[in-house]
Amino acid sequence: MSLHATRRRRQAGFRWTVVGVIGLFFALPIFSMVEFTTRAPGGGRTLDTWATLFNFSVIDADYPELKTGILASAGLTVLTVTIMLFLLVPTMTWVRLRLPRLRRTVEFICLLPLTIPAIVLVVGLAPVYAWVAYFLGESSLWLALAYVILVLPYAYRALDAGLRAIDVKTLAEAARSLGAGWPTVMWRVILPNIRTAVLSAAFLSVALVLGEFTIASLFSRDNLQVAINLLGKRDGSLAIAAALAALVLAFIVLIAMSFVGTGRRSHRPEEN
Amino acid sequence: MAEPPSTLASTGRKPVGALLGVVPFFAYTAIFLAIPTLIVVVGAFLDGSGRPTLGNLSALAQPQIVSAFVHSTVLSAVTALLGAVFGALLTYAVATARAGGLLRRLVTSLCGVLAQFGGVTLAFAFIATFSAQGFLTVWLMKYGIDLASTTWLYDWDKGLMLVYTYFQIPLMLIVFLPAVEGLRPQWREAAESLGGSTWNYWRHVAGPILAPSFIGATLLLFTNAFSAYATAAALISQGSPIIPLQIGGTLSSEVILGQENVGKAMALGMVAIVAVVMTLYVVLERRTSKWLGS
Amino acid sequence: MTRTARRTGVAALATLALIGIAACAPPAKTSDSTGTGGVNASSATSAKDLGGMSGLIAAAKKEGTLNVVALPPDWANYGEIIKGFEAKYGLKVDSAQPDASSADEITAAKNLKGQSKAPDVFDLGGAVASTNTDMFAAYKVATFGDVPAALKDANGLWVNDYGGYMSIGYDAGKVPAPAKVEDLLKPAYKGKVALNGDPTKAGAAFSGVVMAAISQGGTADDISKGVDFFKSLKAAGNFLPVDPTGATIESGQTPVVFDWDYLNVAQGAKLKGKMEWKTFVPAGAVVGGYYVQAINKDAPHPAAARLWQEYLYSDEGQNLWLKGGARPVREEAMVTAGTIDTAAYDSLPKAEGTPVFLTTAQSDKAKAYLTANWAKAIG
Repeated sequence: MSLHATRRRRQAGFRWTVVGVIGLFFALPIFSMVEFTTRAPGGGRTLDTWATLFNFSVIDADYPELKTGILASAGLTVLTVTIMLFLLVPTMTWVRLRLPRLRRTVEFICLLPLTIPAIVLVVGLAPVYAWVAYFLGESSLWLALAYVILVLPYAYRALDAGLRAIDVKTLAEAARSLGAGWPTVMWRVILPNIRTAVLSAAFLSVALVLGEFTIASLFSRDNLQVAINLLGKRDGSLAIAAALAALVLAFIVLIAMSFVGTGRRSHRPEEN
Repeated sequence: MAEPPSTLASTGRKPVGALLGVVPFFAYTAIFLAIPTLIVVVGAFLDGSGRPTLGNLSALAQPQIVSAFVHSTVLSAVTALLGAVFGALLTYAVATARAGGLLRRLVTSLCGVLAQFGGVTLAFAFIATFSAQGFLTVWLMKYGIDLASTTWLYDWDKGLMLVYTYFQIPLMLIVFLPAVEGLRPQWREAAESLGGSTWNYWRHVAGPILAPSFIGATLLLFTNAFSAYATAAALISQGSPIIPLQIGGTLSSEVILGQENVGKAMALGMVAIVAVVMTLYVVLERRTSKWLGS
Repeated sequence: MTRTARRTGVAALATLALIGIAACAPPAKTSDSTGTGGVNASSATSAKDLGGMSGLIAAAKKEGTLNVVALPPDWANYGEIIKGFEAKYGLKVDSAQPDASSADEITAAKNLKGQSKAPDVFDLGGAVASTNTDMFAAYKVATFGDVPAALKDANGLWVNDYGGYMSIGYDAGKVPAPAKVEDLLKPAYKGKVALNGDPTKAGAAFSGVVMAAISQGGTADDISKGVDFFKSLKAAGNFLPVDPTGATIESGQTPVVFDWDYLNVAQGAKLKGKMEWKTFVPAGAVVGGYYVQAINKDAPHPAAARLWQEYLYSDEGQNLWLKGGARPVREEAMVTAGTIDTAAYDSLPKAEGTPVFLTTAQSDKAKAYLTANWAKAIG
């Protein structure tokens, strides 16, 4: 047992050193952003920039593009996650249950967006989006359709790991033999069991959507990063503050989601 | 639908009914992924008036485009390796932490955010740190180290490399963590009970198991860096030292016009290189799943 | 045929069908605003077709909005021009992508074709304009005759709107005043000199290189000396590869900027009191450039677009551009008529020497040279 204790101590030491050093590397630019946005003209510190950022009436009046960008990105996040889940979860479950030979194909398709950078996709998407605009209108929210594609590789990995961990066949067969229809199977049997994976896929989608710039800017639509970039040309300090705020927000969302996920797990008996 | 679930997988038949279930997915990806890709691929072989030509491909031989490909490859390879090594260390450190504990939650969430936060935000962050009025530059000035008079931050092989590692390391953690978590403690105990040291454990047990996943993750990092556009666009405004910037230039230059199809040819080149790397990645992923319990 | 082959065949056919469908554009939403003249606004070639100015204004008001693209508020005083137009006619101006390039404007028009967010009007660099005339609608404003023949298309397909000379702006409090372009090679300017954009991408930067070339003894036909100048600038460590913007100038990140004189002058006016931003046009190296105004053939708000043109070329519009430090295209006519804003006119930066305007042939030669050599020089 003492062997384990030594090893645990060494691991803890290693862990804190590594996390500490790498943590410093990551903390530096973030700290610099805070430092930059609190500089007062003529030395000293001021919270003016931050006060302006959170003063909604000022933002509304003087920086309307920032407000539009924030709202657009909020909507895009929700829409992208919804479409992604509705598209991927049933498909992946179905493939596992009924069409195992298609698994490679689906995997390949889901990994394809990693091979095709956003800037290339935009060129090809232009005629497609002309049709989208014709049927659905020109709102920035329809960028979500393209964002789902960008998110596919990460969401697929997360959901695949989740589906691998549970015995989909048995669960589905059991539910079906008890008379459940397919929608019930998906919604009330499969989904709750892959909750962590779904949340993980949702996290990564949120982070990606909030950080996306290329497609939105080349399609002349509004989104958070486009707004921040524009702001950067007028008011560097406010733009950096906005960027940092978005980063912190995404971080908080992800942390919160991670708590929701494991909260449920603690109610079930630990499996070995 | 009253078909018994067990027969289909065993006979390998694919009744049309089952295929209907995946139609939405295939239709969606056909419209939003396959078609744009094909438009780009086909466009690379067309000239400005829509006639087939190989001129775009031969335009790829121009020195600045060749050097952009070289720069992109070098940048991606170096940052992939740096990201992989440091990321792996971080991953292992986090994996040894208590599952569900605060440290792991914090680090994983932070990495989830930072892996995607390239682009404008990252460029601003680094400008706030390293530019002429950046925090670090000003701070080091007090100690006589003058960073302000050099423009290293905007060089692809110095500043951009540093910036890229910033999102490579978190991505490594996200991609590699499942694999490291899959290392069963029983294996460690078995190695120890057979008299093996830590070094032996890593060299003969964990190393070979993690190797495919590690290499696969590194390849993924390479792809990620190779395809990145927004960060470089936000940071570098002079010259297009890497391929994504060259492509962006063909789309938005107001001086040199009519190069969109050369841009598509460049995109085709990019896709070709990345496709090779991704194929290797997929092959390695399959090997990994054997050991880590799928 | 094996099952795989059949499946591949079906997939291929489906793909081709899908591409075919996608490649065709969806039916465009046609706008149907007409003036009292009974002519559809999108084919009106002058205000007369819509029943005179009053008919044009009425038709525009019915449309209610104008879409503009790539018009930063601090570029040649566009901020005030847009506000003035909104106030005068009660229309709403939707200004998209203020930091876009001319090429982005055309791309936006193509991407958004048939949609209500497509740009109604363009303000383009000469190069982009000359290759995209098939996207313009011909329209002659009321003051069309005042514009010199060399600065417009005879049918009104495009008209130059304002121009300026290439200049060097600098923070007088931070760097010594440069008297000549080659002064910028001195150590006092280490890490401080920025060019507004990449010359292979941005018109302003392109003209900056031409200006440097001419100042170093080159000509409009041979800009190699300009590229060499920037190469030396980089070698001396003085060249800052950062895009100068209002924010970078204000924060002191880019203390010396090569840009159009009206842009540098606007910065100076904006930062008055905070910083002394001066502008000078190098003697003997006066490189000029005009921007081009045109109406989108498929403008979603054709009457508003034409009203915008009328406003821009009216005395009011031209003087607003002048206020922003740009030289309005009706300069000569307005000086003769006495309608020019003399205070603003007199405060334009002095330009000693004959202005050089590149012809298309000279431009093309310069661009080819840049494509081959800029990346190498700046590395």
